Parts: sequence; C-alpha cells; structure tokens
Amino acid sequence: MDSRPEIARAAAEAAARQSYGKLVAYLAARTRDVAAAEDALADAFAAALERWPQAGVPDKPEAWLLAVARKRRVDAVRRRLTSEAARDHLRLIAEEMEARMVDEDLPDERLRLMFACAHPAIEAGVRAPLILQTVLGFDAPTIASAFLVSPATMSQRLVRAKTRIRETGIPFRVPERAELGERLGTVLEAIYAAFAEGWSDPAGTETRRRNLATEAIWLGRLMATLMPDEPEALGLLALMLFAEARRAARRNAAGDYVPLAEQDLALWDDTLIDEAETLLGRAAAKGVVGRYQLEAAVQSAHATRRLTGGTDWVAIKELYNALSVIAGSPVVSINRAVAIAEAEGASAGLDALDQLSGDKRLYDYQPYWAARAGLLARLGKVPQASEAYDRAIGLERDPAVRRFLQERRAELGRAEKY
Amino acid sequence: MRYMLLIYANEAAMAAAPTEKTYEISAAYGAYTEALKKSGAWLAGDRLKPTQTATTVRMANGKTNVLDGPYADTKEQLAGFYMIEAEDADAAIAWAARCPGASTGTIEVRPIWEMTEYPSQSV
Repeated sequence: MDSRPEIARAAAEAAARQSYGKLVAYLAARTRDVAAAEDALADAFAAALERWPQAGVPDKPEAWLLAVARKRRVDAVRRRLTSEAARDHLRLIAEEMEARMVDEDLPDERLRLMFACAHPAIEAGVRAPLILQTVLGFDAPTIASAFLVSPATMSQRLVRAKTRIRETGIPFRVPERAELGERLGTVLEAIYAAFAEGWSDPAGTETRRRNLATEAIWLGRLMATLMPDEPEALGLLALMLFAEARRAARRNAAGDYVPLAEQDLALWDDTLIDEAETLLGRAAAKGVVGRYQLEAAVQSAHATRRLTGGTDWVAIKELYNALSVIAGSPVVSINRAVAIAEAEGASAGLDALDQLSGDKRLYDYQPYWAARAGLLARLGKVPQASEAYDRAIGLERDPAVRRFLQERRAELGRAEKY
Repeated sequence: MRYMLLIYANEAAMAAAPTEKTYEISAAYGAYTEALKKSGAWLAGDRLKPTQTATTVRMANGKTNVLDGPYADTKEQLAGFYMIEAEDADAAIAWAARCPGASTGTIEVRPIWEMTEYPSQSV
C-alpha cells in the first residue's frame, strides 16, 4: 500500500499546504481579510498541488507560490476577474512580501491565524473547519465530509466565519498571559475535534478521514513547536500520538473491530508511544495539570500494558475522577464508569452509569449504550443487556463496530439458552 | 423538520449476498429502526420490494402509459425509506450516516416541503 510515489506525493502535498498556510497567515494577519488572502493565493496553491508532486518541491516553496500569485495579479488586472479585496492582497504580495522574501524567511504568523480562527466570537462548531481551511488549505467539500455536514452548509459557515473575523475586528494575535489559558483551550479543542473526526475511521479506508487525523497531529506538532512551554499544547500532542500509535491494532486482518483489551500489542507503534511519553513528561515538569495531560496520562496507563502486561485500572479511575472535576462531560463520565467497573466490579460501574441516565444527550450517544450493554451482560442481565446492545447497534455508523456489537449480542442469546 | 432518507442499494449484490450477511444487515436495520423510535426521530419507514415488481405509470398526449420496471435504470436502486423528525440538516445527516444502508449503498437526505412553506396564493 505505501508505495514510494504515494509517499512522495503526500510529502509534496504537505509542503504545498505548509507554504500556503504560511502565506495566508502572513497576508491575513496584515489585513484581517482571510477570504481575500485565500483568493489571492488560490490559483498558485492549485498549481502547487498539481505540479509539486510530479516535479518535486521547489527550493524556496513560498517564493514559488508568490511568483505564481504575482503572475496572476497581472492577469487579474487585465481581465478584471478578481475582487477588489483580492487585488489589494495581490498588490501586497508584489510590494511587501516579495521584498521580504529576497533574503530572509517569512515570519510565521500561523499561530496568530489559529488564535483568530478559534476566537470565542467564532461559532464553536466552525473553529476546527476554519483552521483546516485557512492553515492547511483544505476545500469545503473535503472538510464537510469529515464533519458529516453538507458541502453547501460547510461553505456557508466558513464564509460567514471569515466575514465575522473581518467585520467584528477579531485580532490576529497570541493572547496575553492573563487570557491565554482559556483562549489556548479553544485552539487545542479545535485541533482535537479535527483529530477525533479522523480517528472515527480506524481502518483508514476513507482517505479523507485518515488524513484528518494526520493533519490534526501536524497542527498539534506546530502548536507544540510554537508554544513549547505550554503544558497543555504538549499534552494534546501526546494524547493524539498515543491514540495514533494504536491505529493498526484496532482492526484485525479480516477488518473486524478489536477492542482495546484484546489488541495485539505487537501492532502498537512503539516509536509514537515513546515520543508521547517524552512529551507528557515534559508537560508534567511544568507543574500545571490540565485536561489534555490527564487524558494523555490515561492513554499512557493503557500503553504501559506493553511493558507490564496488565492495566492499572485504579490509577485510570483516579485520572477520570480528576478529569470530571476540571473538564466534566458525558464522555468523561462514561469512561469513568467503565474504569470503576474494571477496578471495583461491574455493578459499581453500572451504578455510576445509572447516575447519568437523566442526561438527555446520552439517548443518541452510542458509547453510553455500548458501555451499558457490556456491564449488563457481565452481570447476567440478559434482556436489559440485549436491549442496550440494540440501541448501541442502531446508533453506530461504523460497520465493523456494528458487527462486533451484533456478535456480542448474539453471544448473550447463546448464553441464555444453556 | 421532517426529512426523507431514501436508501439506494445494489439489488443484484444484495440478492447475491450470503444468508449470514443478509441476516446481519436486517438485524442492523432492526436496531437502527429501534434507535430512531426510542429517540423520537422515527415517523415512518419501510423496505421496498425489488424493482422487478415496479410498475411505472405516465400520461403522455392524453394516453396513459403503463410500463414494467422502475422509473430509471440505475446502478443502485431505491430499496427503502425512512421519514424522520430532525432538528436540522446536520442531525438528519447524522442519522443517515448511522443507517446500515450507508455502508452498503447510498442514502439521499431530502427535507420535506412542508405545506406551511408553500407560497400563499392558491390555485
């Protein structure tokens, strides 16, 4: 599968996205007009995506893009095709950027762009898509598929968000110390949302989704590089790397779903796990605990199985206790209940799940029903377990997981007969 | 809002599938329908008999034309439908993605054109 041309192609595409993001960030940080910045570079970026995978990445990728964009400026003026705003940006390219490019590297403004995209004044659901589009140059239909939204709707939301950045004067800057914590949280959350969407295609059969997890990790690396002293930026990257390390183990050769407890440890990627452990250690040394560090610590506890052969569920339960205090959510509560079940027994776990049953959001939430079904099954409550399995099966969109749940449900029936 | 989820599937491939697979799929549909009902989204839904049972009726130049077979000869055929109540298009798409048919065929999501949305002038 990983043929050499494919790898070269992906590398060239990544280089094109990298340079494109830098240029968009540079322009937009000066004018606050993201859409016009993208517009000014659109043709050049399209040309790079087409040309670089075949001809190779040029020595000075940003300069290459600028030269093509500049040529477009001449065409645009001649044909009066481009919008007024985009023409202003093309002028900026010709006058300011190229002057800078002669002997020094372009300053990296992508961090400022990300903070603008994840500003609290931007609708929460569109922050991750906006970052993927502006910093990485993904088009609306690709992003729409990954987030399960219609392409027309996604385009509208992206356009609206960019207008908002321009009209409401959202600043392109890294927040001051005092407000950094919360603001950094929205950026990390957006990156993690992108990763989670990509993670939901474990088999990696759907290129768009697999790429999304890879791109989110790339953004995570960028954050960890640009803000090396922020423990949560390091924590998020560690968390994503721990998860990514297990990707190959999540399906067997037949394409069937393999739950964490039954995964073949030889398929875990030790290099990624080691890198994640190092990052987590660096983050912990800063002495400020946060949501992503705790979640990464849970993953670290799971990863320890490759060394000790066992899982310390009491420690995991404690980590989820801490998580529900600083970042409680239905997801955390469900995971906490599962950890309690492992540490103290299925009935204690079920009690913890029962405490959530008032939350309406869980009615359509597959992991709640799957966890419930598993615990009811262990307690021998067959009719209730099969009902919960049915709910989980009906809410699952991954066919492999659906098959897995169906098998578990069928085993219940068999156990009942004997 | 009400939405139609139109399920398109390759009839020939479905007919050729091993019994085990057929059983798995219909069990998945059963669970999906239950999940829709339990969360209050289900309004209606059924499976259609294969297109060989279809009859097409059309009136042209005052003459009624009755033909055997489906309206359009396509790679995937209309195999069933659900009508659901969903908050918005995103919620409807989320339900479509969970439909077992999404992994074997295609689900078309269409909002119902409600009477209240009709222009006020009447015929």
